[in-house]
Amino acid sequence: MRKAIAVGRKEFRQILRDRLSLLILMFVPAFFLLLYGYALNFDVQHIRLAVEDNDRTSASRQLISAFVNSGYFDLAAYVTDDRDYERLIDQGDIRAALVIPPRLQERLIAGQRVPVQVIVNGDNANTAATVMGYALSILRTSSTEYQVQPVSLETTSSGPLISVEARVWYNPELRSALFLVPGLIAYIGMISAVISTALSVVREKERGTMEQVRMAPLSTFAYIVGKTLPYFCISMGSSIAIVLASMVLFGLPMNGSWLLLILSLSLYLAGALGLGLMISTIAESQQAAFQMALLASFLPTMMLSGFVFPIASMPAAIRAVTYIVPARYFLVALRSIVLKGAGLPVFWPQLVALAVYAALMLTMASRRLHRQWT
Amino acid sequence: MRRVIYMMWKEVLELRQDPRIFSIVFIAPILQLTILGYAATTDVRNVPVVIVDADRSAASQALISRFSAVSTFSIIDIVSSIDEVDPYLEGGRAWMALAIPPRYAENLAMGRPTSLQIVADGSDASSTNIAMGYASNLIAGFAQEIVEQKMRSSAGGGSAVPGIEPRVRIWFNPTIESRYFMLPGIFALLLLVVTSNLSSMAIVREREVGTLEQLNVTPLGRLQLIVGKLIPYGAIGLIDATIVLVVIVFWFEVPLRGSFFLLVAMSWVYLLTTLGLGLFVSTISRTQQQAMMTSTFFFMTPMLYLSGFIFPIENMPAAIQPLTYLIPLRYFVIILRGIFLKGIGLETLWPQALGLLSWGVVILTLAVLRSSKRLA
Repeated sequence: MRKAIAVGRKEFRQILRDRLSLLILMFVPAFFLLLYGYALNFDVQHIRLAVEDNDRTSASRQLISAFVNSGYFDLAAYVTDDRDYERLIDQGDIRAALVIPPRLQERLIAGQRVPVQVIVNGDNANTAATVMGYALSILRTSSTEYQVQPVSLETTSSGPLISVEARVWYNPELRSALFLVPGLIAYIGMISAVISTALSVVREKERGTMEQVRMAPLSTFAYIVGKTLPYFCISMGSSIAIVLASMVLFGLPMNGSWLLLILSLSLYLAGALGLGLMISTIAESQQAAFQMALLASFLPTMMLSGFVFPIASMPAAIRAVTYIVPARYFLVALRSIVLKGAGLPVFWPQLVALAVYAALMLTMASRRLHRQWT
Repeated sequence: MRRVIYMMWKEVLELRQDPRIFSIVFIAPILQLTILGYAATTDVRNVPVVIVDADRSAASQALISRFSAVSTFSIIDIVSSIDEVDPYLEGGRAWMALAIPPRYAENLAMGRPTSLQIVADGSDASSTNIAMGYASNLIAGFAQEIVEQKMRSSAGGGSAVPGIEPRVRIWFNPTIESRYFMLPGIFALLLLVVTSNLSSMAIVREREVGTLEQLNVTPLGRLQLIVGKLIPYGAIGLIDATIVLVVIVFWFEVPLRGSFFLLVAMSWVYLLTTLGLGLFVSTISRTQQQAMMTSTFFFMTPMLYLSGFIFPIENMPAAIQPLTYLIPLRYFVIILRGIFLKGIGLETLWPQALGLLSWGVVILTLAVLRSSKRLA
């Protein structure tokens, strides 16, 4: 153990000499949170809408104001020709167009069914789905005003027959900052832990100091502990800084226990460090190590963890792949602790998975290292 | 020119030192693309829902069957009291609970307005938002049908129900397949990851190993050094781009509506910026570790988040939006989506093309200037 500490001190000194890297590791995560917490948003508002009003009556004006007053649409342009809004959509100036047919009012009063067209720019599927939902519900609501209710119905035109009362738990205002924070912690922890350990070991190989370490009376275990401990501390520190910063800046409710948070963080970081070591036993140059680390940690943590893309929507084969991404478990645990204030009974399977992953990675890496040393 | 070729050859030899790097830069992108191509879907499907049916009637069954019929939702359980949903939401087993109140069928038959309750887990705000939108629309459509049915039967049947008939059309991507708009972005991302990382190590490695001084005393000009270093990486990038494009068009069958040649030309310009960026990082770093951190944290991560690739720029606050103009990926993503989905050409895309090109020229010039100062 004393030897492990000696290696750790050497590694730490090396990190300290490289001030820039240390600063990046410590402070950039919090800065990111600030930037992305404000910037990233899936809420769709201020949808730029062009209107082609071929009716120009009070009914058509009422319909247009229903769109504008909904708070989702901004009236960007009036057009008179189909080609105009086609051009605007192509250029990306508007996201949707509302086309009101001629004689709308006349036909509505005559009790006919009148089609009203909404065209949505589908180049961003996510936004398009939301815009479509808004448009549908506005048109439906407007439509009820023209339906003479039969006597058998007690409903008035002011309210639909079945209404929906929605409540959101854990994040009532659906603020994206609150759901991004756990994801960002997972992402930043993974990247800094994997990449820095992978590179720090491979650097020794590249420079030839690995031979000296091999000759020293040092077990692989002591070497691994010493190498990973400093990075463990740094990643832990910056993760906790993120949580604190988001409590202050974004009102993140820290509902659960800190002890559980630190426990899940430790398990997660141990797995990430193990992955970094694993990569370092495979790669021969820092360039290769960097590529592997990015492909093994950066992209999967981002894409396959359920951070940005919901796992439930993925095809079954890809869902199976997500089970080997540790961030997947960590995210569930983190969201449960931070947002829901849940306890161990709820997410212990996730913690077990993280522990298994960490144990597997660390033993595999130390075995490989051991074989390479002897 | 001969010197440049020697320099290139040296670089290729050095890359071959670690034979794995070739398999990484060629096979990994395809593997990643295939997995990400399937995974990167913002479509909301199979949202786990728990249903609270306090009514247990034929009418409530009809509503439930609407939910089980669509692929958006997958009903995991039906309970009879709202108090039972807590554990489902807390453990993340269900994202949403739909509560049908008692006497729902009775109210409906009498034509009295009824209120359903949706409880959603907000910890994954984006998916929740979409799922709630779907649910409300599904219910509204269902209610509309009931009203229309009643009106038809009271009017003697046959006649059309008056009102507005919504006809929403989605252009460029009628089935709202999110793959169509994610894949071009992933193409850009993979190119960025592979090429800018390779080049970010280009000069700093020589410095770290100590061979930069040796290169300085050779009769090799600075520009020759840089060109010789970048061409092999550029070639790798081009091969990668071609393979990835083939996979996107033939495997994922994303429609390529615009000009293929424009796409290739734009990819060249884009490679200029990613290589230049990597080189710039390489000239400002002292160690490879530093180079890699600078490029992941200061270049790659912002590009990923602020380019509009995943998070739409128009949703960002007004103060942040101008920042996105600093990000080359922003221009390339717009160009790619334009060419792939809208089939538009330079006549509409020229501002983006110009932006991308000037970005590349500026960053490359900066890198060259910076490296000549460092080398001298």
